[in-house]
Amino acid sequence: MSVSLTLVIVMAVMYAAGVYVMLERSLTRVLIGFLLVGNATNLLIFIMSGRPGNSPIVTGTAADAAMADPVPQVLMLTAIVINFGITALILALIYRSWWLARLGDEGDTLTDEHAAETFASTEESFRSVTEDEAASQEDLDASERGTEHEHQHGHTGERGDPANAPGEGMNR
Amino acid sequence: MATILLAFAALSALTPLLTRWLSIRVFYVVALLPAAAFGFTLTQTRAVSAGEAITESIPWIPALGISLSFRVDTLAWLLALVVTGVGALVLVYCVRYFSADEPALGRFAASLLAFAGAMYGLVTSDDIVVMFIFWEITSVLSYILIGHYTFKRASRGAALQALLVTTFGGLIMLVGVVILTVEAGTTSLAVIVADPVTGPATTWAVLLILVGALSKSALVPFHFWLPAAMAAPTPVSAYLHAAAMVKAGLYLVARLAPGYADTPGWMPVLVTLGVGTMLVGAWRSLRQYDLKLVLAYGTVSQLGFLMVVVGFGTRDAALAGVALLLAHALYKSALFLTVGIIDHRAGTRDWRQLSGVGRNAPVLAAIALVSVASMAGIPPLLGFVAKEAVFTAFLEAALAGDGWGWVALIGTVLGSVLTVAYSARFLWGAFGTRVTLADTALHPARWDFQLAPGLLAVATVLLGPLVFLLDPVLASYADTVPGVGDYHLALWHGFEPALAVSAAVVVLGLALFWKRRGVARLQGIVPAYVDAGQGYGYTVRSIDRAAARITHFAQIGGLPQYLSTILIVFVLALGFAAFVNRSWPDQVVLWDYPGQVAIALTMGIAAVMAARVGERITAVLLAGVTGYGLVALFAFHGAPDLALTQALVETITIVVFVLVLRRLPQKIAQRNRPVHPRRRAVIGVLVGAVMGTIGVIALGARQAPSIAAELPRLAVEEGHGRNIVNVMLVDIRAWDTMGEISVLIVVATGVASLLFVSGRNTVVPRLRESRKLRSLPHRRTVVADPAAPSEGHAVTRQSWLLAGRTVAEKDRSIMVEVLVRLLFHPAMIVSVYLLIAGHNAPGGGFAGGLIAGLALVSRYLAGGRYELGEAVPVHPGKILGLGIVLAVGMAVVSLFFSGIPLESAYFETTVAVLGPLSFGTSTIFDVGVYLVVVGLVLDILRSLGSEVDRQQEAGETEPRSQSQQGAEASA
Repeated sequence: MSVSLTLVIVMAVMYAAGVYVMLERSLTRVLIGFLLVGNATNLLIFIMSGRPGNSPIVTGTAADAAMADPVPQVLMLTAIVINFGITALILALIYRSWWLARLGDEGDTLTDEHAAETFASTEESFRSVTEDEAASQEDLDASERGTEHEHQHGHTGERGDPANAPGEGMNR
Repeated sequence: MATILLAFAALSALTPLLTRWLSIRVFYVVALLPAAAFGFTLTQTRAVSAGEAITESIPWIPALGISLSFRVDTLAWLLALVVTGVGALVLVYCVRYFSADEPALGRFAASLLAFAGAMYGLVTSDDIVVMFIFWEITSVLSYILIGHYTFKRASRGAALQALLVTTFGGLIMLVGVVILTVEAGTTSLAVIVADPVTGPATTWAVLLILVGALSKSALVPFHFWLPAAMAAPTPVSAYLHAAAMVKAGLYLVARLAPGYADTPGWMPVLVTLGVGTMLVGAWRSLRQYDLKLVLAYGTVSQLGFLMVVVGFGTRDAALAGVALLLAHALYKSALFLTVGIIDHRAGTRDWRQLSGVGRNAPVLAAIALVSVASMAGIPPLLGFVAKEAVFTAFLEAALAGDGWGWVALIGTVLGSVLTVAYSARFLWGAFGTRVTLADTALHPARWDFQLAPGLLAVATVLLGPLVFLLDPVLASYADTVPGVGDYHLALWHGFEPALAVSAAVVVLGLALFWKRRGVARLQGIVPAYVDAGQGYGYTVRSIDRAAARITHFAQIGGLPQYLSTILIVFVLALGFAAFVNRSWPDQVVLWDYPGQVAIALTMGIAAVMAARVGERITAVLLAGVTGYGLVALFAFHGAPDLALTQALVETITIVVFVLVLRRLPQKIAQRNRPVHPRRRAVIGVLVGAVMGTIGVIALGARQAPSIAAELPRLAVEEGHGRNIVNVMLVDIRAWDTMGEISVLIVVATGVASLLFVSGRNTVVPRLRESRKLRSLPHRRTVVADPAAPSEGHAVTRQSWLLAGRTVAEKDRSIMVEVLVRLLFHPAMIVSVYLLIAGHNAPGGGFAGGLIAGLALVSRYLAGGRYELGEAVPVHPGKILGLGIVLAVGMAVVSLFFSGIPLESAYFETTVAVLGPLSFGTSTIFDVGVYLVVVGLVLDILRSLGSEVDRQQEAGETEPRSQSQQGAEASA
């Protein structure tokens, strides 16, 4: 298989430029990066079809022998349309985030505003697990230490319905 | 056996429903199944005692040699009887234990039943991988059962602890299982044990499996989860923590012992940990005031004892081990159930508050007495027989000069002394009469509450004298252990050393109980040893924190950082692969044709500029240049379909961009100046270089001839079309296209849902009296449209478009209106032509759909949202839906023609203008594609065009309510 260096270089340039913009925080930039990388990827598949040839349309003549490889073309055709769909979706996302946040100039900038929230909720779930564990340990300790209240409490709850627990009825 | 498991699965799935219907009595129904399994296992007794095994096998994953194979031999038979028998009794017991209004009763009943099924599967499966699956199922179900009281912290904590410890062990065990099956070359447990493999890998495998067994059977250092699990309802404790789940580890050790007891490390691990567990458990049991915890620590102790015996690896120890296992299951379940009854009737399990229970509940006391006596090893009960056998086996081994025999003997004797002591203390504590307390008032209970523990106690009593019936059956397991031995289980062996040991144990144990105050003082003096439970808590917390810290470290900084991480990994991994690559294409040319360089240069410059400019629209247009560059490349390369599609897509993309960007600020990210330009540039260049290299290598990597050679014939003969690309899309690779149009539908829905915030708006914006406007007399006359702005001459000027007058005067362009008026219908005809002719010439559903979409775009641009509504007065969702229905319909219809989904059927005809036409199901599929593309474009226009217009006109700053939006749209 032969390869055209020109095509490889322009593909590399498009990837480089695409990645460079994609790494910014602005969503519009990310989208432009996506367009460039998308086109570069189509080019990559395109390069796989080798040397140029005739259209992959069967004519029944000798021209058919010099036909370009149709397989990459099929892959690219779907890729092009999907690219368009995703572009539209990202555009809708950009518009929506801007419209919701009304951040003015930085309207389409991503920020990690939920970091503190995430941190707090993680802490909260850790604390909850630790408390569950401590409660379990407390039940065990109570049996050895001989304090009774914890104990009593422990199994009136056990039957799920303290009101019906026979122990309660007994102590009236 | 597979049938029984299936029945368990089906019935436990139905149980929640049955519970709604039968309430508490559901336990009677579900108990029938384990009872039936018990009966079925009993019918296998004759075969099993003859030393045969009943097998059954259903292929499952032949590629890995895994099958659903079941095998009932003596060991499996014994365990199956225990888990089904005790299971059935415990389920019956639940009827009296729970009240009918217990929350989540259905879930509980279903889980307990499923647990019984999983245990049955665990002990009967012959495939070690299948056994492991049941093993893990029991872990998960035990989590649900222990955590039954979801509102109690202790219950949740204990459940999580049990789950983490047992699955931790299970995970380690899985590694061992995999190594062992690879080493042995089979997954059959029977073969693995009968034909043991050796070697360092096997040693590791066996030791890893032991970790799983130890964690499941709650041996030191994993023992802490079992007492904590007492937060579960008593039936769960009686079943899982006495008879079933904790026996799984013992079962596995007993299963492997005949083949692997001489594995290096086996003996030291099992004997030291077993003896250690027995002593630690018994010692802590002596300190408890809670009767259930007395039993729980006692169980830990007994599990250690059992582990020493079943793992000891001599024939007599194996025989003693299985007898002790049975005895333990019977007496410990009975005792747990008894404590449950005391708790239920007296309202407490703290024995310092109990007095006179034995006097007032004599039957219960008798049941407990029998079971405790069996636990302490008092004749003539089963526990005595088993313990006697244990001491004999250990004595023999010790006297034969086995060092581990001495450790096991002395350790278990000491442990047994403590066992007698806590047994006596339990009995005295639960049923004794304390002078300082009035008799505890007992809540009345139905007689059948005691049925389950009663039956278990009867079995304990009967099996002592009748053990000679059991002996030959159990011996057939013991005989599989290599080595000599001729011990028989019997009540009376004469005056033997073991009898003296037993007697001494009982006397010393009772003495300890007699001097209990001294013991308590001693326990107070001995410092608390390292608490494994706290060690667990510390470990879990540190892992949690470390995970959180790593997450905060790696996942802070938003999208750019994640992307950088991914790209850097990509560059390193693929860059390395490219670096070591040795295959290059045979021929590298500078260009295919000189024009290529010009196109490429334009594209490259446009790409770099697009990355650098600050204005949105410029950047978008420059990115578009790279797209149009591709169009040129495709066209020169012999790819007309691609060129056509890419050109159309590029045009629509720019329009859609403009539709959105008109509302956003002109400059990109003004406040957030771009950061780290150098770092981004480095990553970008590296990615580009790696991708370029990969592209070159990939071309050189092709070795087989391209499948393209065969495609022309396939396209013409099979697909009845000359355009190979189109035939591939709608026929050869039609599944691919089906997937793609599904993605398009998802995308269209996504776009719409992002814009129509408060529900997908189903009203298409229409003009009032649109029908009248279309009628002939109105075509040329001026009609005052109330929706039109009244100022200027908008009302008086004629419009070329239906909704022309709804557009503000300054936005109108007569030239655009005329052009759109003239071009719209031809464009639609061309789109249909492309759709139909695409099978033989460039075109097809995608290109046709895009042309139609572009025609709609022009209508919208010229006349606004009312014009769009008039052009396509249907909801885009319906078009998308019709498209996918056609495509899927063709996939299904093909089934009737040929038997394969999406295979095409044809009839040929010649049509004027279009030429010879082969009309097939694939054409209808293409129509589906066409409609989906049109629907997508329409949905995008409606959302990013019409809806954005509406929001802009309304000058919204706040999201509006549905009703306001609806009113607005229908206006």
